[in-house]
Order: sequence, then structure tokens, then C-alpha cells
Amino acid sequence: MKVAITSTGKELTSAPDRRFGRCKYFVIYDTERESVEFIENPKRDYNEGAGPASVQLVVSKGVEQIITGDPGGKAASIIDQLPVRLVRLEDGYRNIGEVIQFLKKNI
Amino acid sequence: MRIAIASGKGGTGKTFVATNLFWLASEMGMECVLADCDAEEPNVAGFLPGDTESVTEVFQQVPVIDPNKCTFCGKCYDYCAYNAILYLPEKRWIQVLPDLCHDCGACSYACEAGAITEKPRLLGKVKRSAYGPRSRLTEGRSEVRVYSAVAVIKKAIHEAGNKKVTILDSPPGISCPFIATVDKADYVVLVSEPTPFGLHDLKLSVSTVQQIGKPFGVVINKAGPGNREMYEWLKEYDIPLLMEIPFDREIARIYSDGGLLSREHTSYREMFRRLLKQILHFQSV
Repeated sequence: MKVAITSTGKELTSAPDRRFGRCKYFVIYDTERESVEFIENPKRDYNEGAGPASVQLVVSKGVEQIITGDPGGKAASIIDQLPVRLVRLEDGYRNIGEVIQFLKKNI
Repeated sequence: MRIAIASGKGGTGKTFVATNLFWLASEMGMECVLADCDAEEPNVAGFLPGDTESVTEVFQQVPVIDPNKCTFCGKCYDYCAYNAILYLPEKRWIQVLPDLCHDCGACSYACEAGAITEKPRLLGKVKRSAYGPRSRLTEGRSEVRVYSAVAVIKKAIHEAGNKKVTILDSPPGISCPFIATVDKADYVVLVSEPTPFGLHDLKLSVSTVQQIGKPFGVVINKAGPGNREMYEWLKEYDIPLLMEIPFDREIARIYSDGGLLSREHTSYREMFRRLLKQILHFQSV
């Protein structure tokens, strides 16, 4: 399964980004292959609709689970309709590596 | 002449200034109209109850995509400049996001499969009222859950026409609703209050109005408390200070009763008369 995590940078040491549509990077983590891909979010400077466009971006990459802080209303309602699970990022994760470690242990 | 009464910060006294100017112009026998452009919470009618003449509904055409006819070619998605179409061909999923749609029609034009039709969506209403024999009021009122009030504001301004004194009571902030209002004005009055918050938001609204290229001046309301920073800033940038309204409990009392200060106090009426004269003079020079 592919998981998208919102990130402030493109390193495993980067802090998670609590924003969804306007995050800096998406980390696509493949739980089977244990592979990690960083994608710069090209939608973050859109005037409007960055949230829905970001859903489209990650879902078209085959993502089935999104880990982020708090998506806006429009993005949240779209995620709700799609076969995609939204997981709210809890406080306490210092970097992306720790989120991935958690995924490894719990899947 | 269209005069927008605007501000960056909310609660500085836009409606207060707008209703008093309108009442005064009307009292002086000028042909005047006041458009309440704060369509998300219009409240001019609380001070100036007119006699309703007509109510017009404002619609937007929203595309509807027939999933049975759609070939998932993605052309409508490519044409949409507003991210209003969610397109996931692998999932055979296509969806219109009405809140992001600007009713431009590009997707219907793009679709070669004939899968897109349009349906009207009610955005709000514009009410026209008579206020005395020569004056008119228009009011834009956005529907609840509608994302942008711009279309309703534009209609309210259109319905108001352009009389000798046409006052546009602007929505707060400096985003699209503000711009839609100020863009139609010949002159902009920015109402502020002499506090750090007031100055911060005044700077934002001044920079926006300058970018749109409109002449403007500032009214300082609730003058007295606060500090001198705003006065110094106006002086430094050579921005005209049109009027100062003192911080006065009596003004607040009259306003909260739905009254009009100019009607009840001759000294304040004279202040508003001078303000109106300054603004109208601006057009003739």
C-alpha cells in the first residue's frame, strides 16, 4: 500500500508538515517495497483549490492512505468520497523517518 | 460618481460612514443610491429601511458531467484554470467542485463527448428598495454555504447604476469581495481606527487600492484613544486624511439603536457634509 505523508522538506530528517494542500513535499511511502519517494508539491501556491488538487496528485500516484495534520473542508470531503483513508498526524513525530518507523511497526 | 466606503479591518465604521453620507445626500436633494455590497452580512437596511421594489436572484451555471458519456480524456480538466474539476482517470472518477467553479464555460467548450451540461445554482439575491422619492437602496445577500459573494456583489452594484452620489458599502478585508467592490469605484474612502491593528490593516488596504489604481482618502474613526502612529504614517506617505470621527459614547449609542448620527446631531451632520463635499469635489477636478 502507498501512503502519502505531508512533509516540510525532502529528507527523512525533515519535520512533517501539518498542512495538507499547501505542504512543501509529499512523501510517498510504499509499505510493501519499503521505498520512499519525495514529490515537491506543485499545487501549494495555487490561489484556490490547492487541497482538492493535492488529493488528485497523490491519489493518481496510487496512494490509499494520507497522513497529514488537518486538511481543509474541500479536500476532506473529497477524501471522504474516495477509497482513501485519512489519518490525522499526531503531535510528537519529530521527522518523517519516525512516521515511517511507526508505519513499519504497525502494518 | 461611485464612492466605495471600505476598510481592511472589520468593525471600523464602513456602514456607519456609508449610511450617514447617503442619508445626507438624500436630505440635500441629490439623486443618490447606496449599494450594500457586504453580501455575507448586509446590514444597511437596519439603518435605512426602504420600500422593497424588486428582488432578483443571482445564479451561476455549474457544469454537470455525465459519467456515462464521459470518455475520461481529461480535456475539461486541462482547460479548467480554477482546479474545479477533480480528475482521476485510473479510478474512472471525475467530479466538479462547484465552490471552485468560476462559471467560465471552458470545460463545456473543451468536452468533445457532449458529457457536460450546465445547471443553475442560486448564489444569492439582490433587493432594490426606494428611499424617498429620489433615492434608492440595493442590497446583495449571499446564500448560506456559497463560497464566494463576488457575483452577488457585482449584481448589486449593477442594479445600483451610477447616480450623482452612488455609495458602495464594501465588505471588509482585501480579498475578492473587497476588490469586486473597489474596482467599480471612482473614489475610495478607507475607514480605519488609530490602533496598531487598524494601521496594519490600513497599510494592506492602501497597497491594494494603489495597485488597482484608485484615488482614495482615509477617515479615522474612534479617534482619541489609540496612538499617533497612523497619523504619522499618513503624513509620511502624503495620504489625505478626510475626516476624524471622535471616540464618543453617544455615537455608539445612536448607532446601536439603528439611528443616523447626521440626522440626530447637527454638528456631526456638518462634518459629514464637509466629507461629502470633499469627495464630490475630487471628481470635478
